[in-house]
Amino acid sequence: MAGALEPTTTARAGQVVRLPPGSRDVLPDEARELRAIKDALRTTFEDQGYGEVITPTLEYTDVLARGVLGDALPSYRLVDDHGAWLELRSDATVPLARVAATRFHGHDGPLRFWYSQTVYRPVPQLQGRSREISQTGVELFGVEGAEGDREILGVVAQSLAAIGLTEARLLVGDARLSETILRGAGVDDDTVAAAHGALQRGEFVAIEQLLGEAGLALDEVDRVVGLLRTRGDVSLLAAHADELGEPGAELRATIDGLAPADQALVIVDLGLVRGLDYYSGLVFEVVHPALGEPLGGGGRYDDLVGRFGDDRPAVGFALAVDWVHRAQAFGGAA
Amino acid sequence: MSPFSGLSFAVPRGAMFKDSLDLLDALGIDTTVVREQDRRLYFPEIGVITMRPSDVPTYVESGAAALGITGKDVLLEQPGRRVVELADLKYAGARMILATLDGVDPTLEQQRRIGRIRVATKYVRVATEYFQATGRQAEIVEVKGSVELAPLTGMVDAIVDLTATGETLRANGLVEREEIFSTTARLIANPVASAMSASVVDDVTRRLRELAGSAA
Repeated sequence: MAGALEPTTTARAGQVVRLPPGSRDVLPDEARELRAIKDALRTTFEDQGYGEVITPTLEYTDVLARGVLGDALPSYRLVDDHGAWLELRSDATVPLARVAATRFHGHDGPLRFWYSQTVYRPVPQLQGRSREISQTGVELFGVEGAEGDREILGVVAQSLAAIGLTEARLLVGDARLSETILRGAGVDDDTVAAAHGALQRGEFVAIEQLLGEAGLALDEVDRVVGLLRTRGDVSLLAAHADELGEPGAELRATIDGLAPADQALVIVDLGLVRGLDYYSGLVFEVVHPALGEPLGGGGRYDDLVGRFGDDRPAVGFALAVDWVHRAQAFGGAA
Repeated sequence: MSPFSGLSFAVPRGAMFKDSLDLLDALGIDTTVVREQDRRLYFPEIGVITMRPSDVPTYVESGAAALGITGKDVLLEQPGRRVVELADLKYAGARMILATLDGVDPTLEQQRRIGRIRVATKYVRVATEYFQATGRQAEIVEVKGSVELAPLTGMVDAIVDLTATGETLRANGLVEREEIFSTTARLIANPVASAMSASVVDDVTRRLRELAGSAA
């Protein structure tokens, strides 16, 4: 019967039934659309030879902490009946790295996994952020450098096509580039670290001040900050080859090797840094003109799997399904 | 199509309003309509939206505005906002200060006897972090309106507030005891807009920096 599942908006008078801020129910119409997004992504991933992995929602805090290379993400914790700390998964990549290292120890590889899991993150109040984020993505273990990076960027491009986000673009950089640029300017380690922190927070005025205080001349400060602010097509990697060193050359090789249609999605961003500290090479974000923040992203994290006892290069990405859904609604997708 | 190639620019009302509009005029955007229609907030015909300064990061973070101008004090009070800070525009200079009633500093006696002072402020985060950073215990009392009233009534020992000329402090018998930081107007942008419309954002940034540099 048409309209049978349409929600009403009036609660029973005098009765308040609360949900935690940042949490919500998904009703049939939206659930159907979210399911279609996940199905399209699953088909894309499985066609490329990726197999699904499901990890526990709760894991031991000390085990997940092995995957934390810098500041830990905020997360929800509880104590189990033996007094051990448990944590609700706040990131999908660390558990997958654990699976690759422990369940496939010594396997020749490569390992191709996909997942569709909810991650749980504490949220600031009243800023419209979600406590539960539905992430769908892939991890590729055991394929080094440009070859693995190209495969993942190709899967991202196919995923965007499968979910109809033709206006989406890939903002692509390398986690080592900002440090290469800053060290190339000849500033000391403390300044490099402080400037990197400011870059993560998007504070370019602070970077200018830091470099000035480190003794760089005004035009040199402008050159360095200008580089960190450089976005454009792949040709800028050649134009700045001297300043970008090995990471720049590797990124250029990766992008040059992409199929032309995939290359057209790429915007190179020399100052791109992501919030997570485990990235060791390629980093990227999926952006869409209808959304104020990235709808997904990923990168290379060669040092993470080894922390669980089995060294393997790794690269992957995830899309936030709710953001994909929003972009589809705004962006004239099929 | 707006002068910002379809991007919208968040302009702060209040103390920064006129200087910000002058700056947009210098960019070649005719802001007459904004100046003439004081109660209107939304001017899509010239790509301008107007709001109180503390709301600018909210609109820019969401992408509702691609670019915006707000004070560094606002950015420091809202550190989790995902925006990029592109330029110091050098106007709207002011200082965040700790002030008390004139005469003997009442916080000294309070620190000695109780080990904790009461401080009223609109800048809860800035004040909390300042007292933590300086190793003092303080009870922060949030007020929404004129913070100068709080020590006069005996509710608190001190205030943390922004001051430009110091006139309001003097008129209420208060004196500055410590400077926490100084602030000026800043150009901010949404990170996605900044990447997808890089040439427009970079052009606006470059021209505003030049204007700020020449005015300084």
